[in-house]
Amino acid sequence: MAKRSFLIPGVDKRLLIKDSLKVMPDLTRRRFITGGASLGALTLLTGCDVVDSSSAEEMLKTVSKFNDAVQAFIFNPDALAPTFPESAITKPFPFNAYYDLDEAPEVDGKDWKLEVRGLVDNKKPWTLDELYQLPQVTQITRHICVEGWSAIGSWTGTPLRDFLKLIGADTRAKYVWFQCADKDGYNSPLDMRSALHPQTQITFKYANEILPRAYGFPMKIRVPTKLGFKNPKYVVSMEVTNEYKGGYWEDQGYNSFSGS
Amino acid sequence: MSSLAAADAPISATKARSIQPAWVRVMHWINAFAMILMIMSGWQIYNASPLFNFSFSRDITLGGWLGGALLWHFAAMWILMINGLAYLVTGLATGRFRKKLLPITPSGVLHDVRAALTFKLGHDDLTVYNYVQRLLYAGIIVVGVLIVLSGLAMWKPVQLYYLVMLFGDYPTARYVHFFCMAAICAFLVVHVALALLVPKSLRAMIIGR
Repeated sequence: MAKRSFLIPGVDKRLLIKDSLKVMPDLTRRRFITGGASLGALTLLTGCDVVDSSSAEEMLKTVSKFNDAVQAFIFNPDALAPTFPESAITKPFPFNAYYDLDEAPEVDGKDWKLEVRGLVDNKKPWTLDELYQLPQVTQITRHICVEGWSAIGSWTGTPLRDFLKLIGADTRAKYVWFQCADKDGYNSPLDMRSALHPQTQITFKYANEILPRAYGFPMKIRVPTKLGFKNPKYVVSMEVTNEYKGGYWEDQGYNSFSGS
Repeated sequence: MSSLAAADAPISATKARSIQPAWVRVMHWINAFAMILMIMSGWQIYNASPLFNFSFSRDITLGGWLGGALLWHFAAMWILMINGLAYLVTGLATGRFRKKLLPITPSGVLHDVRAALTFKLGHDDLTVYNYVQRLLYAGIIVVGVLIVLSGLAMWKPVQLYYLVMLFGDYPTARYVHFFCMAAICAFLVVHVALALLVPKSLRAMIIGR
């Protein structure tokens, strides 16, 4: 009991390790810890207690911020993600989340509205029917997961940059911050240059069918220049902001830029 | 002037006796440190989505979970790449690669492999690498270049698309990265075992002589 170290009140490091061991092997349940305990997750970075973990964590966080800057520097806004023929599409396209499919958000398309906030001229919420009226394009690109696997899929929707123009967004702002319908409030920041990339899309369809629940009904943000976790599903709002508001996985240690 | 010349003499004498120059020793140990961090964190990353029907034991991985391992991997990569690049440039510029690693002839390799297997391969003169050493040391440099290139291809598959093309596609780059890791681990086993069998070679890598 004396050896037990409580890094933050109520969060036992040992229990966290046990919990992580339990969920690690199952790809569909990679949830490491419950929301809010991200500090606990970072104590595990070093993997053992003999290393002075807090200074190692600080060093790693600093390097990760440096890596954000390096990635922003080498990001070419005109470099397109490779596109593929329909025959290359991965079937079935994997469902992936930190929860099982039957726990995925169930959004009622009739009640749902996309909220638009922050540095935009027109903050009117959008119904699904209104969004469906927007011009749509299809892309067949490779989705690359932070875990290493990848799959090729077909996504149809409106280029995000066209939508940002339509709502009068201040595109000099630093981020577009997305919030999702997941019960723990999944969210993720997207840097503005990636948001304005020609292939970044507000997606309504997968394989020419209305986005099924598994892939993020009613809308997802498809960013082929980012890792999968920065392609939020079940989106309920977007906010144009200069403030870095963090993200579900970003706060737990995934590199924030995570560009491809 | 004469005092300068006098001071020069002992330095060149030391140089002549030195088996491993200081830059080789420094870069060797920096590389060893970075490589171990990369391999151990890489195993943890592999575990998130294994390519084969096995995972690495968590006891030998670094990072605790995928996010932590990625932070280690993308931090240690800078040490590995900067040190590796400096090593390649210095090795080529000083002519050390050419002098130490070339030529590599099939007959020479065959002869020395046979000698090694019958325990007749001498290590009397550590300044000259035998053909097995030349092949392995040159080979591991090639593997080192490949693992960095395949790693960069996976890290930035859109920005560095030409690197992905070099390997064919993204999933292939993953396999290349994995097999290069396996080759480095195999090299490491042989390399460390032989360094322990011939302790003066280990000493030379630490103090130079």
